[in-house]
Amino acid sequence: MARTLINVPTTAKRGDVIEIKTLISHPMESGYRVGTNGTMIPRDIIRQFVCTYNGEDVFRAELSPAIAANPFISFFTVATESGTITFEWRGDNGFAASETAPITVE
Amino acid sequence: MTRPLWHWSCAAAMVLAVAFGAEAGEIPANERRSDYALMGPELRGMQEDDSANPGMLWVLDGEVLWRRKDGSTGRACADCHGEAAHSMRGVAARYPAFDQTLGRPIDLEGRINACRTKHQRAEPFTFESRELLSLAAYVARQSNGLPISADDDPATLPFVAAGRAIFEQRQGQLNLSCAQCHDDNWGQKLGGATIPQGTQPGTRFIGSSGKVSAHCSGGYVIVWSACARCHMPTAPRR
Repeated sequence: MARTLINVPTTAKRGDVIEIKTLISHPMESGYRVGTNGTMIPRDIIRQFVCTYNGEDVFRAELSPAIAANPFISFFTVATESGTITFEWRGDNGFAASETAPITVE
Repeated sequence: MTRPLWHWSCAAAMVLAVAFGAEAGEIPANERRSDYALMGPELRGMQEDDSANPGMLWVLDGEVLWRRKDGSTGRACADCHGEAAHSMRGVAARYPAFDQTLGRPIDLEGRINACRTKHQRAEPFTFESRELLSLAAYVARQSNGLPISADDDPATLPFVAAGRAIFEQRQGQLNLSCAQCHDDNWGQKLGGATIPQGTQPGTRFIGSSGKVSAHCSGGYVIVWSACARCHMPTAPRR
């Protein structure tokens, strides 16, 4: 499992706009680089990132080869109810990682 | 691609021609500052936020390695050194330091590998490997915020002098020395980038490739081949 760093506020007031920050360890090899032996280094990137809030999609992104290693994705959502925020990354070579963060809404 | 490159190098050559008229020499002690002081507020904010700083990915991996048993002795770093937060506090700020058995200065990565082969009886990590960078970043993290203290062992002085000679030697296609940018023109712009001082970039440095550089290059003892690859094309490799 790839190393991740997630920043979600543990508590929020109902209706607050909260910032969510995610960082994941990944080489994001573009597929356009040539290795030391002269052959192309095959592409190895994260293709998709999905964030769900109690099962509902709140943010989704498609990543491309131009995105740097260890992609940092930051976005905002509205705190509606207590529950779990789930993060999923999927990519080339069967790459899959997921994390969850609890949130309490008062 | 030819045109932007030509454009950049031409502009850079003109800037250099103007900027390098006079040489300022070594930076006085009271003017030395971390790259942190030259960063914009956004970069500083990102570096201070542990959930946004990619360097923390290596630090977290390093913590796992610190506790992992390895080598034929089956010991982990933690088995001898205990909690790194206590035992490694201030250690990275003292490197590179003179090593009596080797008879030369050794950097933090060198010390980690020496410890691995001697005490853990394990294979040394490859230089710049993920493992070595992680462990070095984790150890360096424990010195976060502490001032860099150069090794004052008189035995290091010849090595410092040799490093200084390389630092001040013009070389490569552009016929530039390290000192011409990092001593004489720090704080100025080269293209869009601010020229930093040639001192070590601190314990939380993240290279432009997005990878952690744990180089511990205090004073004039620098790991320069990586810099030279771009800034001094065709300079001889040492």
